[in-house]
Amino acid sequence: MSDMNAVLVTFTQEAKELLGEMEESLLVLEDKPDDSETIDSLFRAIHTVKGSSGLFGFNDVVAFTHEAETVLDQVRHGEKAINDQLISTLLDCRDHIEKLVDHCIESSDQALPEELVSAGEALVFQLTGKQADDNALAVLDENAQSNVLEGMGEPSDLSDSWIIALEFKVDAFRMGVDPLSFIRYLKTLGDIQKVLVLTPELPEGDGFDPESCYLRCKIAFVSDVDKQTIEDVFEFAEDDCVINILPPNSKVEEYLSLLENLPELHVQRLGDILLDVGVLTKNDIARAVQVQTVSDEVNSDDTKPLGTILIEQQVVHPVVVNEALKKQEKIKKKVAGEANYIRVDSGKLGQLINLVGELVISGAGMDLMVERHGLSDVEEVAATMTTLVSNIRDTALELRMVPIGETFSRFRRVVRDVSKELNKNIELQITGGETELDKMVVEKINDPLTHLIRNSLDHGIESPEQRRQAGKPEKGIIELNAYHDSGHIVIQIKDNGAGLDCEKILAKAITNGIIPEDHNLSQQETFNLIFAAGLSTKAQASDLSGRGVGMDVVKRNIEALRGTVEIDSVPGVGTTFTIQLPLTLAIIDGFMVEAAGERYIIPLSMVDECVEMSSGEWAVDEVMNYVNLRGVAMPYIRLAEYFNEERKVASSERQSLVIVRSGQNKVGLVVDELHGENQTVIKPLGKVFENLRGLTGATVLGDGNVALILDIQGLIQTATKKN
Amino acid sequence: MLTINVKKQGDKDTQIAICNEMTIYTALEQASALSLHLKAEQTLQLDLSEVSEIDSAGVQLLIYMKKETNRLNKQFSLVNHSQAVVEVIELFGLVSFFGDPIIVSSNGNEL
Repeated sequence: MSDMNAVLVTFTQEAKELLGEMEESLLVLEDKPDDSETIDSLFRAIHTVKGSSGLFGFNDVVAFTHEAETVLDQVRHGEKAINDQLISTLLDCRDHIEKLVDHCIESSDQALPEELVSAGEALVFQLTGKQADDNALAVLDENAQSNVLEGMGEPSDLSDSWIIALEFKVDAFRMGVDPLSFIRYLKTLGDIQKVLVLTPELPEGDGFDPESCYLRCKIAFVSDVDKQTIEDVFEFAEDDCVINILPPNSKVEEYLSLLENLPELHVQRLGDILLDVGVLTKNDIARAVQVQTVSDEVNSDDTKPLGTILIEQQVVHPVVVNEALKKQEKIKKKVAGEANYIRVDSGKLGQLINLVGELVISGAGMDLMVERHGLSDVEEVAATMTTLVSNIRDTALELRMVPIGETFSRFRRVVRDVSKELNKNIELQITGGETELDKMVVEKINDPLTHLIRNSLDHGIESPEQRRQAGKPEKGIIELNAYHDSGHIVIQIKDNGAGLDCEKILAKAITNGIIPEDHNLSQQETFNLIFAAGLSTKAQASDLSGRGVGMDVVKRNIEALRGTVEIDSVPGVGTTFTIQLPLTLAIIDGFMVEAAGERYIIPLSMVDECVEMSSGEWAVDEVMNYVNLRGVAMPYIRLAEYFNEERKVASSERQSLVIVRSGQNKVGLVVDELHGENQTVIKPLGKVFENLRGLTGATVLGDGNVALILDIQGLIQTATKKN
Repeated sequence: MLTINVKKQGDKDTQIAICNEMTIYTALEQASALSLHLKAEQTLQLDLSEVSEIDSAGVQLLIYMKKETNRLNKQFSLVNHSQAVVEVIELFGLVSFFGDPIIVSSNGNEL
């Protein structure tokens, strides 16, 4: 039974993923309704959901997905046009499928509830209400055939014949090319069923030049030889003749089965596939590619796919091209699915990373021993080990890295639905979706992001009327951007809405008793008030607010990830939320320092520079705790004093100043000793120490001692506030 | 070298014998000679018995003659096809296009 459950879990996961894909495809289609690749992937997604639901006997899901699949199949074949309405319906269908799947998983033994049944019926009606009934593909098929066979009699008579079309150039005779000789030679290879001579270009009257060639031939030819052999017949006329060789209909079957059996080892280009099967010769492809390149130069926006060109040139049957394309897609999918991804339980990855953490610690211990006992011959080995361990560490951490794009694109739906609900016209622009960060961070950042985006949608972007009155375009834009910055990932949510209203925030904060009336807050501090618990500037709560997650929770969630959030806002222009997060929660490159006998770790990525703390060189303001470093004034903190107030350190001792940076802020940390780089495995501090300021965790050193990891952002805040 | 020979000339009926090969080498000369008659005469008959060799250019000339006379509403016919001509016309599938009775020789390929 537990086996079954495991399978069901996989099914649910897969279904969720596919539904996510569906949603993404649909939203892409909204912008690019003709993108056949997207339509295909949409179709595949729903087809797979149907298939795997069938495996589990979830007939409700199968029945419903079948209807949607049928419609999508029509879309795929160009029989039904895709429009906004259909996309909306399909999005609803997607949601409905999700409900059906949930129902099947949770209470599969119960019948479908009444409302799901009726909702499903309504959707099916919307889907199938009007159906276009022209079979475009079939028409295309026939067209291509009949053009070549025009005047050649009943196609059925010629189903076993190669159709060879020869279009001679004007100079063919002068170049010594004689069409007759080809036909004579062809006779030796097989049976010529019919020859049709056409002279559409033959001039009338005196325009006739008897030495120019105006002839065109179509030849129906029956033979067992392959295409290359036939083409070789015309080899030396290549320059003076346009040759099209269309394989017989009966060959099509053969090609299709060859295609079917083509090994699915690596992705090939369409031309190569067709060449492999023998449908095309190298010349066919070279010509088609040339046409493609020429049309590319003329009109770079509208490149025809190779397949289309080949069909237009009538060297290949549309059926074969379609089949080859399908095969190519299949191989692509297979290769992508097989070679590049393995599903791994994330628990196992966590375990691996824990082990790597231990490895790093014991590696450090070994280094220490080697150093202590002066084993110079072991040193080299140890150094190699250290490099390897740090490589393993990086690779292991990378395993957990996922691009944030998937999380981002989920917000498209949120933005779309909410803006419809609010009657606002809002576009979501996503950049930097390929930026990678720890999967755990991605999961945990989802809620805060959702909240911030909803916030921008609801409070940030004004209604279209308001925007028009303010002289802004009706369409509001929310930008979602991610990028890496010194060992951190920065996520920005930027809207071009009304901006934060400082007056309103202050008034509300004073009424709620968060700040005294005679406050002296900077603009930045005022903005930060919106993260305070119990502050909402919106007079009436819409159904978007009141979901239990306030801005205070957003801030807390981000801080729990050792991240920060900053606000920047200009009235009338917009608001930007900047979230800064560490890339990983497990292992970092640290910089170890010592103050008052205690060791501390500073994340290396945040260290700007280290200088000697001697009052002779820098202007140090001992009272205000400021140091003027080459003309830049910045606050500093004496770590020993900060963490242990009683102990006063004699300033005569040689001390160092470590300059740390977070974003634009720089702060100096005064320490007694610098120990250098250290691979730091982050161990969380226990619950008891959760509220300690200035520390985020601890790490075990090679000698078994514990070093504390400094919360640099917290320290920077403290240092800046003090002054 | 003479390429055509006017056997019989009348007001309405002119018989011309092609007395050489009909190839790219002779096409120009034959064409200019034939088109003179084409313009002058109402009915044109080509005797092909002497055509020892014919290639695509020759066939094209015949096609041209047939089309032109058709266009100008004149009579045009081919008679006494030589073996070479028959073979080529059959090969090109042009028998019904010219529509002239062909006397099939014993070893000819009948369509």
